[in-house]
Amino acid sequence: MTETSAELTKKLSAAVEKMPAFPKSVQRILELARDMNCQPKELVMVIEKDPVMTMKLLRILNSAYYSFPKQITSVNQSVVYLGLNTIKNMALSFAAMGVLPQQNAAGFDIQRYLMHSLTTASLARMLCQKFGKGDIDPTDCYIAGLLHDFGKVVFAQFMPAEFKEALALSSEQATSLHVAEKKIIGADHSLVGAMLVEKWQFPESLTDTIRNHHSEISPDNTLQSCLFVADQISKKLSMGDSGNLLVEELSPALVARFGGDMDDVIARLGDLSKVVEEARTFTKGAEA
Amino acid sequence: MKVKFWGVRGSIPSPGPKTVRYGGNTTCIEVRTDNNELIILDGGTGIFPLSQTLLKELPVTAHIFNTHSHWDHIQGLPFFIPIFIPGNQITLHGSFDPISGEGPERIMAVQMQYSYFPVREAEMKSRIEYLVSMPNEPVDVGSATITPVLLNHPVVNLGYRIDCNGKSVFFTGDHEPHTNIYDPEDEGFAEYQSLIEEQRRSIVEAIRGVDVLIADSAYTVEEYPAKKGWGHGTFDSCIELAQAAGAKILYCTHHEPTRSDDDLEKVFAEALARHPEAAGNMDIRLAREGEEVVI
Repeated sequence: MTETSAELTKKLSAAVEKMPAFPKSVQRILELARDMNCQPKELVMVIEKDPVMTMKLLRILNSAYYSFPKQITSVNQSVVYLGLNTIKNMALSFAAMGVLPQQNAAGFDIQRYLMHSLTTASLARMLCQKFGKGDIDPTDCYIAGLLHDFGKVVFAQFMPAEFKEALALSSEQATSLHVAEKKIIGADHSLVGAMLVEKWQFPESLTDTIRNHHSEISPDNTLQSCLFVADQISKKLSMGDSGNLLVEELSPALVARFGGDMDDVIARLGDLSKVVEEARTFTKGAEA
Repeated sequence: MKVKFWGVRGSIPSPGPKTVRYGGNTTCIEVRTDNNELIILDGGTGIFPLSQTLLKELPVTAHIFNTHSHWDHIQGLPFFIPIFIPGNQITLHGSFDPISGEGPERIMAVQMQYSYFPVREAEMKSRIEYLVSMPNEPVDVGSATITPVLLNHPVVNLGYRIDCNGKSVFFTGDHEPHTNIYDPEDEGFAEYQSLIEEQRRSIVEAIRGVDVLIADSAYTVEEYPAKKGWGHGTFDSCIELAQAAGAKILYCTHHEPTRSDDDLEKVFAEALARHPEAAGNMDIRLAREGEEVVI
């Protein structure tokens, strides 16, 4: 990577603005916008299940034009602050940019990426509800899960040749994708994702969590540890993946934090079929 | 400070025999500081008669604060005569629109297109400046400080608090108290409820202790269920807001265009009767075109 990270962030940030959202949510937003009596909560549900729409919405809400008393991390907060109709029209303007193509030149499977992001988001929220110490809002864990791999979909869209090479290297050598990305692109998806949300003034805790989701996780950091464990469970149970099949084990410190190894944690979460089912309804392609 | 109502009607101008007493012009309020600095809240059709009174005090320096960009709050702006006269200095303050990505400059640009208005924006001879109002970021106009507050309407709506020499006025623009979008049995209900309660508290704090609160009371409680989500309050919601914030005088405004003067007085009296305690503690009035209050 020859560009400085500031130049790259600027370029990718401009590109993300024009990035289309996922097919199913675009279809649903258009349907809801035609329905005068649509349920506001349905609109929220559609936006918060699409990493691209969520990212774009929070980017505008956290911009300097609205100096909210605190940074905005949820779609519900956006509705309370700016009003439903404004959020609906923002979603419509995102939908008007078309849909993210099913096929990209990197060969990156966006459906499996979305499955992974959605299930990681739900699992992180569940983990926070079950194992949190009340220090972190479960909604923040959801957003962290939804957006943690956003850098990958940006790579696939805007640096497809390099990303394809990284995906190939990762699978040939059975190394983690972020290691391969660093080798080929010079920066990995966690760094790029964090650079974007930092530029868009998302809360520091979210920026740090995205940046460090492949680093050593401190068990005292609820947000980071819930995301890490959720990420691994989603892959381990094959709920989805985003080009990286390697499941990392929980460190002894995390085992102590969650009171058991990954299988124990999974068992304590109980029935997870709903998590998969719910995510699946949003990843099925929109009918053309 | 002096506050004068030039337009108290919502939605569309409503002249005629049934609205003679309260007036048919859409929203416009003139505020004069003790130093006679001119602050105008919204540019509905009421700004046209106001502008005629300004011709005897040229050159004019005016700060117009726009609550939001709906027609009844902007439609008089192209008829604000001082914008055409060289030497005048007009500043239009308004919110940033997240859909178009533009600020208050868009309000004039959109209205002054040649097919809708004979004079082009470029032909305005005064000096016009556009400033984005940011929620909770106070701006000074002479001896007054104006603080924008984000309220709830189908388009971004800022209420404005004006403080000057220990006196204060708050105008809501259009505002509907927040309601929960979830049903009580939904998972998201409690979280959303705490968000709207937090927002409600911050709105009450922003209005806390004002001498005059001017609030959107478009509907009666009976009418409201059919108009939920349209972005307007009721007489009752305004009384409750004024009471919570400890306002001294409440003006109910944004009168429904189809409501006659007689009906307006009738529904107002009914609302007062439902809130005898509030009516005893503060001065609750109907905003009337031409009325002036000095605080």
